[in-house]
Amino acid sequence: MTYSYFPGCTLKTKAKDLDDFGKKSAEALGITLEEVQDWQCCGAVYPLAADEIATKLSSVRALAYAKEKSQPLVTICSACHHVIKRVNNDMQSKEDIRTRVNNYLGLDEAYNGETEVIHYLEMLRDKIGFDELKKKVVNPLKGRKIAAYYGCMLLRPNKEMQFDDPENPTIMEDFIRAIGAEPILYAFRNECCGGYMTMNDKALASKMADKVVNSAKIKGAGEIITACPLCLYNLKENSKGDLPVYYFTELLAEALGVK
Amino acid sequence: MQRIGVFVCWCGSNIAATVDVDAVVEAVKNEPGVCHAQNYQYMCSEAGQGLIKNAIKEHNLTGIVVCSCSPRMHEATFRKTAEQAGLNPYMVEIANIREHCSWIHKDKKEATEKAVILARAAIAKVNLNTPLRPGESMVTKRALVIGGGIAGIQSALDIADAGYPVDIVEKSPTIGGKMAQLDKTFPTLDCAACILTPKMVEAAQHPNINIYSYSEVEAVTGFVGNFDVKIKKKARFVDEKKCTGCAVCTAKCPSRKGGNEFNCNLDNRGAIYIPFAQAVPNVACIDSTRCIHFKTGKCGICEKSCSAGAVNFDQKDEIIEQKYGAIVVATGFQISDVTKFDEFQYTKHPDVITSLELERIMNAAGPTKGTLLRMSNKEHPKDIVFIQCVGSRGNTCRDKTYCSKICCMYTAKHAMLIREKYPDVNVHVFYIDVRTPGKNFDEFYRRAVEQYNVDYIKGMVGKVWENEEGRLTVQGVDLLSNRRIMLDTDMVVLAAAIEPSEGVRNIATMLTASIDTNDFLTEAHPKLRPVESPTAGVFLSGVCQGPKDIPETVSQAGAAAVKVVGLLAKDKLVTSPCTANANELMCNGCSTCERVCPYGAIDYIDKEVNDHGKREVRRIARVNSALCHGCGACTVACPSGAMDLQGFSNRQIMAEVDAICK
Repeated sequence: MTYSYFPGCTLKTKAKDLDDFGKKSAEALGITLEEVQDWQCCGAVYPLAADEIATKLSSVRALAYAKEKSQPLVTICSACHHVIKRVNNDMQSKEDIRTRVNNYLGLDEAYNGETEVIHYLEMLRDKIGFDELKKKVVNPLKGRKIAAYYGCMLLRPNKEMQFDDPENPTIMEDFIRAIGAEPILYAFRNECCGGYMTMNDKALASKMADKVVNSAKIKGAGEIITACPLCLYNLKENSKGDLPVYYFTELLAEALGVK
Repeated sequence: MQRIGVFVCWCGSNIAATVDVDAVVEAVKNEPGVCHAQNYQYMCSEAGQGLIKNAIKEHNLTGIVVCSCSPRMHEATFRKTAEQAGLNPYMVEIANIREHCSWIHKDKKEATEKAVILARAAIAKVNLNTPLRPGESMVTKRALVIGGGIAGIQSALDIADAGYPVDIVEKSPTIGGKMAQLDKTFPTLDCAACILTPKMVEAAQHPNINIYSYSEVEAVTGFVGNFDVKIKKKARFVDEKKCTGCAVCTAKCPSRKGGNEFNCNLDNRGAIYIPFAQAVPNVACIDSTRCIHFKTGKCGICEKSCSAGAVNFDQKDEIIEQKYGAIVVATGFQISDVTKFDEFQYTKHPDVITSLELERIMNAAGPTKGTLLRMSNKEHPKDIVFIQCVGSRGNTCRDKTYCSKICCMYTAKHAMLIREKYPDVNVHVFYIDVRTPGKNFDEFYRRAVEQYNVDYIKGMVGKVWENEEGRLTVQGVDLLSNRRIMLDTDMVVLAAAIEPSEGVRNIATMLTASIDTNDFLTEAHPKLRPVESPTAGVFLSGVCQGPKDIPETVSQAGAAAVKVVGLLAKDKLVTSPCTANANELMCNGCSTCERVCPYGAIDYIDKEVNDHGKREVRRIARVNSALCHGCGACTVACPSGAMDLQGFSNRQIMAEVDAICK
């Protein structure tokens, strides 16, 4: 299977692990991730102003590229996934935005939200299947107690993201089981990591990150995994730092023996 | 040529504020057939009706058009008016210029234009109306009550006391419903069992009441006064006549892994069981999905231990067919699924419970014998947090949009009972609003706050989690002080939304009774006919119609019973003449109409016809007008245009369409 792939800026700089291990693992699973040519920033934050289109254009370029290739568009970074998925929803359902974006881009063929946007985890769950993944694991992470950290971007708003139950998600726990480890359930797995708060209120961001990490620690977790570069930064740098935090792709690569 | 009078109603300002009623009169007075037109402030009032009657006599009218509210509201009123003035009631047409016009438009010019068009359509129809005569049908003097909770019991008792036989069909092995599960009732705090069980016994012993427990309605056909109902009496594998309710079998049954529904699955019951000690009928029932005998063919301990020889593993489901004149729906409610609200940890922590579970814990016959305990470690709690409106009053896909109505009062009750019995326990209640209208209700809530020092916090809870000490931490917001608060507690009680019982859709479909977007049964009029379904002969009792507490349920149950008695007291009913009819010269007997008829009202006969001098025997559709509801499905399905509906003939409908499109 070949999918279009949108890495996003952080995956080429600070979050190289997320990208490298994601690609290697995909290969081991028999999937080719074809990087979108000349991709640009996803927009970083989904614009909430109803008349904002400029920051949606680059997402649409990537979506239109995947449409041309007739491939689903795979993302890994939570923030990119959030923005691209929601922009795609806008292109499907908001006529005003669709018209203005298409007028601006002047593509050969108008883009109307045809591309399927899936997160890497959704690819594992829905396209490959966790049972299949389990069969391909060569190095099961036996005995490791892993806490899944979802953050907010993948889950909410649920109506648009359609990723998992926002209050009781299971996809990352199922993933942890598939790579042979034990998932640790804890209350703050879907609470905010502090987000961009770290820029102007470090103390508050620390409090929030600590709450997440402590909540996982109390339940006996030995490590935390996430799909979001900003979450990883906050949990690592802003908490007291006594639990290691990894990208889920790193553990996937380890389990598949390609790390 | 008809002589038509047009009467335009202002409906106070409801119509007149948006529709220029003078302009409507002016526009229609020269329409073909119209020889009189006028407007009036309230056409449905006595003065308004008098005006219509006078005009009929004065102008010798043969038909009238009333431009007013929906025909669902006042068609019957104006038909009666016409009849009193000597006009056939089916010469009356309503142009709905309120719901279809003034209420939905803002622009007066636009609304006036539309009102004129609607009036013209009605006039075009009346021009083709012919006098119709209603028929008669007999009334079966027996009522069916679906559901044996307090609503069904009360309706059945009231109907039976008036002298009519009633059957109660209850799907579980005993009557009593949700009320039987409650501990105490607000606002007087008398025990639910003490006031309910005598009524259950009264129903069981009443000579006019027959209880089909562990039974379900399978099929309903027929119409008001003449319903044919199939009831499935599920096999309970115990002979009801022999079983004495001694409960030896239930104690000895070795299959005890399954949850006890009556105690909200907080403990287990045997595969053979009596739901609770005061069950009516007090007869055991075998749950064949859990019974070892049904799984392996072995065991049979209950059979051996029964001194009355009542256990019968060969019992089969039984179908009972019965005729009824009226049907009361009293299917009640269930607690909505709180697993969608996992921020409260209901699925993860045994100390997070629903209010109904707390009722069972507080009840002397419950899983803890009435002692308030944490379900996780069976220890006495020090703090309890109640969360109101879980699943009610929301606008997300998880929530019901409505207020469940009973939660504010029962939470105040729980809080007070706990503070009374265990003064050392701190009770906190998170609420959006406290809604306690009702006689002695607000006083009751204030007593919880003022006398019992229950800590009411205005705000919602965002999250509940297990903390390091194995207790629960509740994170919420106090909107009055605008602060986020964290409370450590031992138990969390969720006031979950209530919703109509599962299966109500199925029953509504069988009865052709309408339901709303929340699956509550719809009343014929929200204010003036609150206990009747729009389907004639079907009445509504209790929460199946909308959330309500016990006093309200009992009042509605009585009201529904009166409506039933009013119906059963009649010997004959007038049937609508607006039924379908096949033109025998045009019908080719193709059976299309029979296939689309939802009421089974059409069959075929071989009949000799004289087709323009040619005499032959043909297969022709015949409509049973007693069964026909006048839905019109056959008239549109008929390929040769032979089917027509009296009062809504194809010509009349086309004339209306032409008038609208002109």
